Amino acid sequence: MIERITKSMAKNIYLGGGLFALLIFTGLTFDTVQQIPKRSNDDKITPSVAAGKNLWEVNNCVGCHTILGEGAYYAPELGNVFQRRGGSDEAGFKEYMKGWMAAQPMSEPNRRKMPQFNLSDKEVDSISDFLIWTSKVNANQWPPNIEG
Amino acid sequence: MKYSSQAVAKPYFIFALALLAGEILFGLLMATQYLFGDFLFPLIPFNVLRMVHTNLLIVLILFGFMGATYYLIPEESERELWSPWLAKVTFWVFAVAGVVTILGYLLVPYATLAEITFNTLLPTMGREFLEQPTIIKIGIVFVVLSYILNVTMTVIKGRKTVITTVLLTGLFGLAFFFLFAFYLPENLVMDKLFWWFVVHLWVEATWELILGALLAFVLIKVSGIDREHIDKWLYLIIAMTLVSGLVGTGHHFYFMGAPEYWLWLGSISSAVEPLPFFLMILFAYTVTKQRKIQYDNKMALTWAKGTAVMGFLGAGVWGFMHTLAPVNFYTHGTQLTAAHGHLSFYGAYIMIIFTIISYAMPILRGRPKGNCAKAQKVELSAFWLMNIGMMGLTLALTVAGVMQIIQQRTGVNPLGFMEVQATIAPVYYTRIAFGLMVFIGLITYFTSFFIKEEKAK
Repeated sequence: MIERITKSMAKNIYLGGGLFALLIFTGLTFDTVQQIPKRSNDDKITPSVAAGKNLWEVNNCVGCHTILGEGAYYAPELGNVFQRRGGSDEAGFKEYMKGWMAAQPMSEPNRRKMPQFNLSDKEVDSISDFLIWTSKVNANQWPPNIEG
Repeated sequence: MKYSSQAVAKPYFIFALALLAGEILFGLLMATQYLFGDFLFPLIPFNVLRMVHTNLLIVLILFGFMGATYYLIPEESERELWSPWLAKVTFWVFAVAGVVTILGYLLVPYATLAEITFNTLLPTMGREFLEQPTIIKIGIVFVVLSYILNVTMTVIKGRKTVITTVLLTGLFGLAFFFLFAFYLPENLVMDKLFWWFVVHLWVEATWELILGALLAFVLIKVSGIDREHIDKWLYLIIAMTLVSGLVGTGHHFYFMGAPEYWLWLGSISSAVEPLPFFLMILFAYTVTKQRKIQYDNKMALTWAKGTAVMGFLGAGVWGFMHTLAPVNFYTHGTQLTAAHGHLSFYGAYIMIIFTIISYAMPILRGRPKGNCAKAQKVELSAFWLMNIGMMGLTLALTVAGVMQIIQQRTGVNPLGFMEVQATIAPVYYTRIAFGLMVFIGLITYFTSFFIKEEKAK
C-alpha cells in the first residue's frame, strides 16, 4: 500500500492532517478552559486553598504522592484523602492532618518514610483546605474506590 | 566527517552518556528505597531521588538531540555550522546549569531551594518534571533559543531537505510548548491541563518529529537509499504522529477535572498513537531489505532497528494497554503507568540517541568505517543487555501494576495502598535485578569506546 503513495501525497497528508488535528485540539482546549471553573468549583478557591497549593508545590509533595492520579507512585493518592482519612468531615480532617504531619517521619523500621516538613498549624490547615477543594473536583467518578 | 564544525557534537554526546549513567544509578537507588524505606533516609528522601532521576533523563535527551542536530545539520545543509562558537558556549551554559540544578536538589531541602531562587516572584516549581527553579527554566529558554538560532541560520543558508525541515518544526514546537511551564494558575485543574501541554506535546508530538528526522538521517546514511524514498516515509510517520498525538493529549484529561468528551475523543485518537511507531518498524525493516550498500558500522543499523522495535513496544503497545478510558479508569496512576513510562522513554528516545551516537561517534573519532569488529561485538552485547534489562523491568512493573489494581481498586474489600505495596515486594526485587542488568549493559557500552583499533597488518 505504501508503495502507491507518492512523496507529495505523503507531504499533503502531513500538512493537512497536522493542521486539522491542531485546529481541533485548539478549539477543544478553549471549550475545556470554559468548563473547568464550574467543574472544579473555581469560586471556592480561597486564599487558604491557594496557599495550600503553593505549599504542596514548594515541598514537592508530587515527588512521592499522586493527586488525581498524577505524580509519583511511592505514596498514596491524595485527591480523595479527605474522604478516606477525614470521613468528609472538615474539622476532623484538619485535626487528623495536624497529627499526621507532626508524627513524620514514623519510626517503623524500613517503612517508606515521609520527611518532617516543619510546617506551622496554619500551613497544615492550608494544605488541608487545598486537599478538601481538590476532593470536590468533578473528575468523572475517579478514583474507582475510597482507597484511591 | 565532511565538515569540521560537526565536531561540536562530541562533547554533547559524551555528556549525554555521562548523565545517562547518573540517571540509571539514581533509578537503582529509588528501586532500593522502594523496598527499604530507611535506605538513604533522611539524607536523600524519595522525592529528591526521583527529581534527579527524571530531570537527568530530560536533560540528557536534550543534550542528545542537540549533539545529533549539530552533527547532521552541516551534512544536510552542505555547509559549516552557522556558529560553532555559539554551540560550544551553549554546551557549557547548559551543562553548568544542569549540574547546579542537580546539586541544588541534593544539597538543600526543596522548599529552601524554592526560597533562595525567588520562586515567589514567578512560581513555576513543584510540578512533576518541571521542578527546576524558575531562573533555571529561564536559562533553558535561552539555551534552546541559541540552539534553534544556530540550527535555523545554518539551514537557511544551506541546502534545505525534508529532514532538516521536520527537525526544525520539532525544535520550534519543543521551544513553544516549553513556554507553558511558566504558567502556574491557582486552579489545580487548569494547572494540570497546561502542564500536559509541555509534557505530552513534547514526548508524544514534537519530540517524535525530532526522532523521525534523526532516524531518517541515519537510515539514509547506512542504507544508501534514495532520499526521495526516505522522505515519503518520514512524512507519513510524522503525519500519523500529529493526527493521533495532538488530540491524543486527551488521554490525560479523563480524570483530572476536564469535560467528559475527552473520555471518547482521547480514547479514539490515542488508539491511533501506536501507528507512527508501527510505521517506523516497517520503515526501518524495508530500508534494511532494500539497502544499496553494506555499511561497515553494523551497530548503527542495529540500534536504528532497535529504536523502531522498542519504541513501538514501549510507546505503542504499552501505551495502548491503558489508553482507553474504561481501562485507564483502573490503571490511572499505578505502576502500569511507570512501566509504560520506562519502556517508551528508553525505546524511543534513549535508543535514538544510542543510534546517532553509534553512527556519528566513530566518524568523529576518525574511524569512517566504524569501530573495529571487536568493539562492535562488545557494543552488541551492551545492546542486548540493556534491551533485555529494560524489557524485564518493564514486565516487572507491569505485574506490579496489575497486582496493585486487583487488590486496591477492585473487589468488595479493597486493601489500602501501603498494604498492597508490601505484597508487591518480591516483584520490586525482580525490578532491581533487571535494573542492574541495564546498568551493566551501559558500562559494557562504555567499555566498547576504549577498545583499541586492531593494527592493520
